[in-house]
Amino acid sequence: MLEVRIARSVGSLQLDVDLSVSSGTVLVAGPNGAGKTTLLHLILGISRPDAGRILLDGRPLFDGRVDVPAERRRLGYVPQDSALFPHLDVLGNVAFGLGHLPRAERRARAGAWLTKLGVSDLARRRTAALSGGERQRVALARALAREPRALLLDEPFASLDPTSRRELRASVRRWLAEWRLPALIVSHDPADASVADRIAVMERGRIVQQGTAEQLRAAPVSDFVAGFAASQAT
Amino acid sequence: MRSRAWDAAQLAAIGLLVSFLLLPVASLGLTLSWDELVTGLRHPLLLPAVRLSLTTSASSLTLVVVLGSLVAWWIARHAGRVSRLIESVTQLPAVIPPAVAGVGLLLAFGRRGLFGAFLERHGIAIPFTTPAVVLAETFVSAPFFIQAAIAAFRRVDENLIAVARTLGASPFRTFLRVAVPLSAPGLVAGAAMSWARSLGEFGATLLFAGNLTGRTQTLPLAVYTAMESDLRAARALALVMVAASFGLLLVLRRMSSEGRDA
Repeated sequence: MLEVRIARSVGSLQLDVDLSVSSGTVLVAGPNGAGKTTLLHLILGISRPDAGRILLDGRPLFDGRVDVPAERRRLGYVPQDSALFPHLDVLGNVAFGLGHLPRAERRARAGAWLTKLGVSDLARRRTAALSGGERQRVALARALAREPRALLLDEPFASLDPTSRRELRASVRRWLAEWRLPALIVSHDPADASVADRIAVMERGRIVQQGTAEQLRAAPVSDFVAGFAASQAT
Repeated sequence: MRSRAWDAAQLAAIGLLVSFLLLPVASLGLTLSWDELVTGLRHPLLLPAVRLSLTTSASSLTLVVVLGSLVAWWIARHAGRVSRLIESVTQLPAVIPPAVAGVGLLLAFGRRGLFGAFLERHGIAIPFTTPAVVLAETFVSAPFFIQAAIAAFRRVDENLIAVARTLGASPFRTFLRVAVPLSAPGLVAGAAMSWARSLGEFGATLLFAGNLTGRTQTLPLAVYTAMESDLRAARALALVMVAASFGLLLVLRRMSSEGRDA
């Protein structure tokens, strides 16, 4: 379980978030500039909150005194553009986070994750030769290969064509249900709500409303929530 | 300016400048006969100077690349006044005349210098030694590498750094496994420029290290010394320098473009 209660001032944005993710998937929706990616970076340990605490399975990742460095947080992360390492092939990318394992085991585990995500035939390809959907699958395999305790995805479907987007959404929904991994997905696309159990809408650095798609539709607290919930229904 | 006139102006500039840059280099080869070259290559100054130039420039390049990479990475990752100030300091030697750099090094590391007095008390004397040559070359060549490295590191996608950290890589491993390989073409190009500057260094070396055969007399100093007694030898030595510089630059450029294509 991931529990987040943090504050951070970034330029004109005052981020103040209270959010928890148990075994399901939470979609953090919001307009551009709401602070969604900043929130992910704070949880990941890439930047530091001004105050608050972040707990993972009851243990603090950050609480003012404790500040676990990003490399030891065991959080899987897939940024918007996949961010595959261009100087490594697909297998090298997935094996990157397994440096603590012997070489043979590292390659075997990376290969197994590529198989699970249906892209084992790409192992020796250079990342520049991959399609958008393939890139996201490889990025997911890379994040999952380290067996993270929670998964954070930043606009995972945004750069895909409509067909790949639909396919990957369905796959991600199936995988997340199968692995029962707490997941936080940041998106501004109402269609991505189909992947999540719960939606948290973020505006100007704050979570303004949380609930299922039906709950948001029934009593939206802002125009954005109303628009988002209505689009999700169509 | 009309299109045809603009093309003519560019062609004229290319013709003029390229001829001007090529003429002195070509003169070195074209005015020297084969016999004169062979005689010059047998000159007693040549071998010690080549050996010293290669060892000192390799040492200074190692210092510049190792320390300079760390400094450049820090500057590239930090915005603000302190970062800009440190960047300016690293560029200072590029705008200081080499002779002034030599005087400065002497005042810093000389027997009664700011730091030299401290070294002297511990039995270490740097001026007019081979390490002084390395220091002089490091001083004048560092800005070329650091500037190129900063530019290369700034082009590394921030997301790749973030992802590497979440994949368990420490800041050092992220630097080594992600930033350095992705910046390799820029780093190699910077190293090539830095090495070329180091190999050609003259003024600071002469003032800070002197001109002692086998100890501090690098190839440019050997050319200068030979000029006073034997012009043929000077020309042969100069030709060796040109060939060595071009050869290494070509190799480094090739490595750099292969890195870019990869």
